[in-house]
Amino acid sequence: MSARYFGAAVTRLEDARLLAGKGQYVDDIELPGMLHAAFVRASFAHGRIRSIDTSDALAMPGVAAIYTMADFEDIAHGPMPPMAPHPLLKTPITYHPLANTEVRHVGEAIAIVLADSRAKAEDAAAAVVLDIEYLPAVSDATLACDANSPRAHSQHTSNIAATMKAGFGDTAAVFAKADHVLTEHFDIHRGGCHSMECRGVVAHIDLLTGALTISTSSQSPYMVRRHLAGYLKRDENDIRVMTPDVGGGFGPKANVYAEEFAVALAVIKCRRPVKWIEDRQEHFVATTQQRGQTWTLDVAFDNDGRMHAIRGRCIHDNGAYAPYGLILPATALASFPGPYALEALDLSLDVVLTNLVPTSPVRGACRPNVAFLLERLADRIARHLGIDRQEVRRRSFVRADQMPYSTGMKARDGSPISYDSGDYVGALNLVLDEIDAANFPARRNEAKQRGKLRGLGIASCVEDTGLGPFEGASVRVTPAGKVVIASGASSQGQGHRTAFAQIAADVLGVELEDVTIETADTAKFPLGISTIASRIAVTAGSSVQLAAHKVRAKAIAFASHQLEVDEHDLELAGGAVHVKGIPDMKIKLSEIARTLSGNTGMPMPGDMEPDLAATAYFNSNALTFAYGANACEVEVDPDTGDIRVVRYVVVHDCGRMINPMIVDGQIRGGVVHGIGNALFERMIHDEEGQPLTTTYGDYLLPMASEMPRIEIHHMETPSPRNPIGVKGAGEGGTIPAAACVISAVEDALGPNGPFIALHPISPQQVVTWLDRN
Amino acid sequence: MKASPFQYHRPQTREELGALLTRLDNAKILAGGQSLMPMMNLRVIAPDHLIDINRIPELAGIRETAAGIEIGAMTRQTDVLSSETVRSRLPLLARALEHVGHIQTRARGTIGGSCCHLDPSAEQPAVSAAFDAEFIVSGPNGRHVIPASAWFEGLLQSALGEQEYLEALRFKPWANGHGYGFAEYARRHGDFAVAGGIALLEGDRDGRITRAALLSFGVESSPRRLTEAEGALLGQHVDNLDIEPVIEAARSLEAMEDAHVTAGYRRHLAGVLIGRALKEACATLERQS
Repeated sequence: MSARYFGAAVTRLEDARLLAGKGQYVDDIELPGMLHAAFVRASFAHGRIRSIDTSDALAMPGVAAIYTMADFEDIAHGPMPPMAPHPLLKTPITYHPLANTEVRHVGEAIAIVLADSRAKAEDAAAAVVLDIEYLPAVSDATLACDANSPRAHSQHTSNIAATMKAGFGDTAAVFAKADHVLTEHFDIHRGGCHSMECRGVVAHIDLLTGALTISTSSQSPYMVRRHLAGYLKRDENDIRVMTPDVGGGFGPKANVYAEEFAVALAVIKCRRPVKWIEDRQEHFVATTQQRGQTWTLDVAFDNDGRMHAIRGRCIHDNGAYAPYGLILPATALASFPGPYALEALDLSLDVVLTNLVPTSPVRGACRPNVAFLLERLADRIARHLGIDRQEVRRRSFVRADQMPYSTGMKARDGSPISYDSGDYVGALNLVLDEIDAANFPARRNEAKQRGKLRGLGIASCVEDTGLGPFEGASVRVTPAGKVVIASGASSQGQGHRTAFAQIAADVLGVELEDVTIETADTAKFPLGISTIASRIAVTAGSSVQLAAHKVRAKAIAFASHQLEVDEHDLELAGGAVHVKGIPDMKIKLSEIARTLSGNTGMPMPGDMEPDLAATAYFNSNALTFAYGANACEVEVDPDTGDIRVVRYVVVHDCGRMINPMIVDGQIRGGVVHGIGNALFERMIHDEEGQPLTTTYGDYLLPMASEMPRIEIHHMETPSPRNPIGVKGAGEGGTIPAAACVISAVEDALGPNGPFIALHPISPQQVVTWLDRN
Repeated sequence: MKASPFQYHRPQTREELGALLTRLDNAKILAGGQSLMPMMNLRVIAPDHLIDINRIPELAGIRETAAGIEIGAMTRQTDVLSSETVRSRLPLLARALEHVGHIQTRARGTIGGSCCHLDPSAEQPAVSAAFDAEFIVSGPNGRHVIPASAWFEGLLQSALGEQEYLEALRFKPWANGHGYGFAEYARRHGDFAVAGGIALLEGDRDGRITRAALLSFGVESSPRRLTEAEGALLGQHVDNLDIEPVIEAARSLEAMEDAHVTAGYRRHLAGVLIGRALKEACATLERQS
């Protein structure tokens, strides 16, 4: 078996179709008699529903039906099932498909309007008369911790939904003997996610099978099926969920949403196909957001800058509901201690309910927060001691010769977390070389001549990837000799088809173009989890490899039998099994597949099982740890406070790369995500939980015009924990990026400038810091 | 995000347009649509009638007349930006247009649309005010001219009457070789500016300032000429201008504030940017020898 494709930057098989505008997204689906849905949503953050009067709206032209939760009483009732139950959450805090008694954030869906066009549905939605009793709202998680604060849920006695703990070692003892202790307070702002395609659902009852058939722009079609089946008390087989082309996920689309349930219920009720396409205004108030947290941390370190222990507390802004359980705050705790070899850690995190849109993982989940905390602390220590920032890291990082390294933390199942492989100091050294840190002072001086303050920032991270338990795959050779891969791993544009095809084509000796993929359809593959947590290359990629090897073994066994040649003397190439060194002595895979498809009345040759196909579920029971070191340079205009990232260099190690071009794309996009977090994206709410930034004029996303060229260098330390040696790559660009940019801005502002412990930062803030205002 | 119901009209001539404006209540004129369509789709405004003037050819085009350079209201920003007449005679306008949105939006957006919408941060109204441009308006009582000094009535509010439409803007070019400067600060390229400054200068043979226009935009609800500071520049030598009073004048404006920006920061920027614009105007002012 030769690696013709694995590791090669081959062009993506998906792109010809997508770039030609031939993608098929949810909104491209048209069904006969389809109705269009618009939601009536809460316009203030907390209130008790007294009555909903739909009579005027129902009389409007083109309106077919308007449903509230009460209308679904004969089908289902109660709150939605939690996606990820957690023992600390004694009662799940989930939405109803439509709010029935209380609304708890601006944008919560109250009624669904069905009309023959979206515009008419919106007209009617505006005519639904709501009588909602105002309840005081809480929009700030820190204030929400106060015993006298209004409750986000009026029936709760406290806004603290759970207190989570993590740690190891004897923190008190390490702090007691430390040379130095510093305390810092950090504020990491809530932001959105903003995939290019918003969410959307088209559902109908399939007349042939009677199955409730749903197309949804989701990362988790199998979770939609599972939880909808549970809610409707149906068999999973009576529900088919598909995800057609999806225009980006990045985390929020991993949730199962109230709108998916509401549309399904509406279809069952009205017996007509229904389409709902989330518009961008809805996206700002109905799609989950990311990682608002404040932290107070103490760090213990010695005179050399070696970091020994951290302790502290986090207030985690959960938003109004916890549809995804405690996954997001759990990733915050689990991301410690990052690349640092700590002797002790003691953390406590309060999950706090607020009257805001729920938070859930967005690219990196809370890993970027933790990278920000740790990297800021490292810079802080360096400043305190007057030593180089990189020295703190070199002295504090886990060393390559310590691998595999048990951090002291425990995984969800109680097993010790152990980093599999890597060279964190090596990555840091490489990135400093690549950005030419040694000559930075000259660049700083040159910028000064132009009136600009130039700064150099560094940040590293470690990222757990390949979250279990599995994503399976089946590999089948068709009688035409084509290879079809089916998997439960849905794609949101990452290039799964290309990557899986690269793996399978090498094993089976076929051309890349001969491989197609069937995913994103619960009718095509029995099980799936979610495309989240940088896990698909590890889980599904490994399953493709294992399944392809089974197919390969079967083809060889078949050929061995037919050619009467020992199996060890056979190999696969050019779409055939042939005798090593004698290419002409062969049997084509198409012929094997045809024969194994069976002929009426004829026995299977060699008593073989029918079908040249196999299924595998790689058991991903140990995480793989990708890591990276970033460095960037910014220039600050001291007059306007403008911050421009002028260089950005990434060193990244995600083990073996299936396709370096796809990896580069993931990292580049990820870095942009992080730059957005550091400098641009600010989701502002007033004290009453009213969002103030719900258009792209107010909520600033990073744009190409402001982005630097992003240089990427790879290290390749194969993971020993899966058959293809890969680690995940989807989030590693984002995780250290905000920390890196902030580090550079702080460096630009100089030794008399502030220690920057928050993001995003604004030009206005910079001017204030420079005391020029 | 669909607009509320409206009736769509597409007149082919100015006469048809005039008749529609006279006849219809709660009508909005659709020019390039770069602000209007989002506002309608967000249901910020809900006109009953939308009058699309994109098919009236006479409303677009740039021509030089004895009275000045006339730019039709429907002239696309991209056409204004690439016009040789504009680039040579009104270089400030071309300079400012580079900051207006992006190539894609400038291909649709019109100078007249921007000057009727009057976003306080918009560049084209600001340049019009700096030039004391004339707004040529048609209505039931025929054609008349509104000077820039009377055009700006407030936030998003022009002097255009309900039954009137803007035909063209007329700019009187400054002397050949005049100095011009433009500076704005926006978070991202093409965004509405947080604040901006404009300067125009003419000088005599000795380099003494004979004429000046100074303006801040994005600071107050309308572009604001700094007339006292303009007067103070007259007679000063271009190599030795006292810029501080100009900066101070801009910093003393009544600045707006919003969810992102305090009035204090906006005033600070107003000062920085008028200073930059003025320095650029000094640098571009050609010395007569």
